Amino acid sequence: MPLLQIRGLTHYFGGLRAVHNFNLDLEPGELVGIIGPNGAGKTTVFNLITGVYRPTAGEILFNGHSLVGKRPDQIIAMGIARTFQTIRLFKDLSVLDNVRIAHFAQTSYGVMDALFRLPRYRREEAEIRERAMELLDLMGLADQANWVASSLPYGLQRRLEIARALATEPRLLLLDEPAAGMNPGEITELMDLIQWIRRQFNLTIILIEHQMRVVMGICERIKVMDFGETIAEGTPTEVQNNPRVIEAYLGEEAIV
Amino acid sequence: MQGFIQQVLNALQVGSVYALIALGYTMVYGIIRLINFAHGDIFMVSTYVAFFVGTALASYLLGLSGLLLFVLTLIASMFATSLLAVLIERFAYKPLRYAPRVSAVITALGVGLFLENFTLATIGPDPRFLPRFFTVQTYTVGGVAFSNIQMIIIVVSALVMLVLDTVVRRTMVGMAMRAVSWDKFTAPLMGVPVDRIISITFAIGASIAAVGGCLYGMVYTIDPYMGIRIGWWAFISAVVGGIGNIRGAMLGGYILGFVEIFTPVILPASSYRDFVAFSILLMLLIFRPYGILGRPVAQKV
Amino acid sequence: MKERRSVVDNALRPVRALYVAAVRPIQEAYNALPASVRRWTMPAVLLLGFLLSLAAPSLINLYWQQVLIYVGINIILAASLNLINGYMGEFSVGHAGFMAVGAYVASIMTVWVFPRMGLKEAVPYLFPLALTIGGLAAGLTGLVVAIPSFRTRGDYLAIVTLAWNMIVKSVLENLDVVGGPRGFMGMQKLTNLPWVFVWVVVTIYLLRNLIYSNLGRGILSIREDEIASSLVSVDTRRVKIVAFVISSFFAGVAGGLFAHIIQFIDPRTFSILKSTDVLVMVYLGGIGSLGGSILGASIYTILMELLRPLQVWRWVVGPLLLVLLMIFRPRGIMGLREWGFLIPKEERPAFVDALREQVRQKREPAAVPAGASE
Repeated sequence: MPLLQIRGLTHYFGGLRAVHNFNLDLEPGELVGIIGPNGAGKTTVFNLITGVYRPTAGEILFNGHSLVGKRPDQIIAMGIARTFQTIRLFKDLSVLDNVRIAHFAQTSYGVMDALFRLPRYRREEAEIRERAMELLDLMGLADQANWVASSLPYGLQRRLEIARALATEPRLLLLDEPAAGMNPGEITELMDLIQWIRRQFNLTIILIEHQMRVVMGICERIKVMDFGETIAEGTPTEVQNNPRVIEAYLGEEAIV
Repeated sequence: MQGFIQQVLNALQVGSVYALIALGYTMVYGIIRLINFAHGDIFMVSTYVAFFVGTALASYLLGLSGLLLFVLTLIASMFATSLLAVLIERFAYKPLRYAPRVSAVITALGVGLFLENFTLATIGPDPRFLPRFFTVQTYTVGGVAFSNIQMIIIVVSALVMLVLDTVVRRTMVGMAMRAVSWDKFTAPLMGVPVDRIISITFAIGASIAAVGGCLYGMVYTIDPYMGIRIGWWAFISAVVGGIGNIRGAMLGGYILGFVEIFTPVILPASSYRDFVAFSILLMLLIFRPYGILGRPVAQKV
Repeated sequence: MKERRSVVDNALRPVRALYVAAVRPIQEAYNALPASVRRWTMPAVLLLGFLLSLAAPSLINLYWQQVLIYVGINIILAASLNLINGYMGEFSVGHAGFMAVGAYVASIMTVWVFPRMGLKEAVPYLFPLALTIGGLAAGLTGLVVAIPSFRTRGDYLAIVTLAWNMIVKSVLENLDVVGGPRGFMGMQKLTNLPWVFVWVVVTIYLLRNLIYSNLGRGILSIREDEIASSLVSVDTRRVKIVAFVISSFFAGVAGGLFAHIIQFIDPRTFSILKSTDVLVMVYLGGIGSLGGSILGASIYTILMELLRPLQVWRWVVGPLLLVLLMIFRPRGIMGLREWGFLIPKEERPAFVDALREQVRQKREPAAVPAGASE
């Protein structure tokens, strides 16, 4: 059974058609890329999957359960995590807190346990603290655990965002332009990192990216979007040679 | 039926004043997304200016016709109040234009309280009367009684609103206002003098409030805390109509005027009117936060 | 604007230097003490404080006892409002509304309910119960603001809280059973310094526990970025309910304490002016800081007492202070910083460093790919 099934996903902003008839079957362990010009509706797809917007039409099934109408936090707790196009860390909080917050759905102690520091609170907090630190250590961020997130260099902020997403213990990870603003050296590191977390955490990944090097380098399958429509789909080589893709990217004159 | 028409006239009279003040809230919110909580107190200050100027003029220039006296008082009040509003904007709000919005809102709240307590400290808590500009004449048509004052309030308010609506829709200044309101970062790149437009907005809002103040002062007494209640009602008017929307503020003002007049008719006592007004506000914010004429804003992720 | 800010900083520099010079040696001497001794410092200080509050009648005159009681009540108010305005980053202007609910309900308990249950003699002992019931009632009404906060944010939510404040006042004015606009009286003077001390300690302790929990981090994450927060699994609705209910609970408790010191409450006491006073304390002391609330409430309450000779002009000071604070120091004295002793041991940097070493020893090295390590 596919991990994620999207059927006829459509979304309008007022009269503007942001996504139209988007379909996707994602098998566990796949790494699929979504590319397309700015405004093609890529991020909207992520927002629809994670419940930020409610689709105008269409169905999203994760593990056989429908996601439509669920709140973002419920969807994340089901095993989907995402990062953002522009970094959205909790800037004034420590690196450790950023990751600990993402453990929210994994705790079960209540308000009273917290207010009176009852055993359940102590036990679960100790667990979260340790798990968060292990994750930071694994991601090479442990030395900065006490830092305020905004004081991290840009590359590490990107990595912390990925760490925070991983802390929700996802099966499916949605990465929204993780290479944006990175230099070629950092991009190589990022590609290694994505491959590595994919193995380490048994992840299925959807990647939105403008950097062709990243998409072509690590994705097995690519979907190309333009004006909300899926205009092409296939392996990196197939997509690269598709005339409609070239047209969308370079303008009509290029192929004439 | 006569009783009903009578109440409608009263509602229009009260509603006119709310609408005039609501315009100031809505214009400022429209242009810099600030709830100018001090606006009700700016209205209060305008009535005090009218009180001092009017009293002085009436005693020094005896025999001045009522109309002239009224017009002079009105102009003085409008001018002084705009100046005050522009100064407040310049020294209290402008430094916070790019700070978190909450900071500016708290500042506005503080400025309002400052104006109230400052007036209280300097002038004292006693209620005052504006000089009588016009002799009250009461007419009765078909059993409905109304006064010339009432007519002046309703007609002058309507005229002011008509002028404002035209200015915002048809003139360069209005266009610039809408440009700043749309995008305060891009507008300067198009040659719109943002600072000046914001100042003008505050000045217009305040002078309309001053018109409201002079009209209000012809009927009621004035005191340092009057701006709180009337300010709030005007503010609710602006939200009911859809804050940031000029026609909405006018509509909202009249609606609140009806709420004020008809609450005691329906409920046992007039002391329930605040409860009714704020409950309307609360319900509206929960179910239709953008008001009657406003439009919802989409969030960007 | 940057320049002006540095003027303030420069003016404050000697104060800060003085503070550091005075506190640093004490801190160092204290840290040199063995851990077994340090463990008992906090209990000892609290005990001493409690004993002092018991002994207060023979130490200071009635007036200053009264002032200290107000300081305590204001600390509870400021700390609980800080949970919403500082930690959660929402903007509540209606704290006095919740305070009013607590004040009236607690007063009804001690004046009517307990005596009619035949417990007239026991009322002084049932006082904490009355305060708790008042707090619970206020907490319940916290839902009135919490539920709109799911959909409305920022200045719109500020209006909701404000409307709430006005509605409470208006309802009380129309409720003849509790005296309507004439107010409610008959309360005994049950609030005294020891009680206030205990409630302040309880409030700060419980709020601290909440803040350094999963829910507390949820509250912080809403301030930082609500959408990102829900997208890392934070149930923002639950968090908001918890924050508003607990914040209003303590506002209610403060209201109850307040009612039993002045022994007369009327709707006008709990107007927007009262809410603004609490706002000044929060923003003066510092947002997102319990120490800041303690500081802000103490400074503001005592300052207003010292300014009493200014009469009406005194009321100009608060608003002016608020405006100046917003322009020059929007985060307040302690903004987003905390006094060390208010941070649980497990949350301090040293503990985190120790945890890192512990975690590192457990795992086999070099899990990170070479390229990604630095």
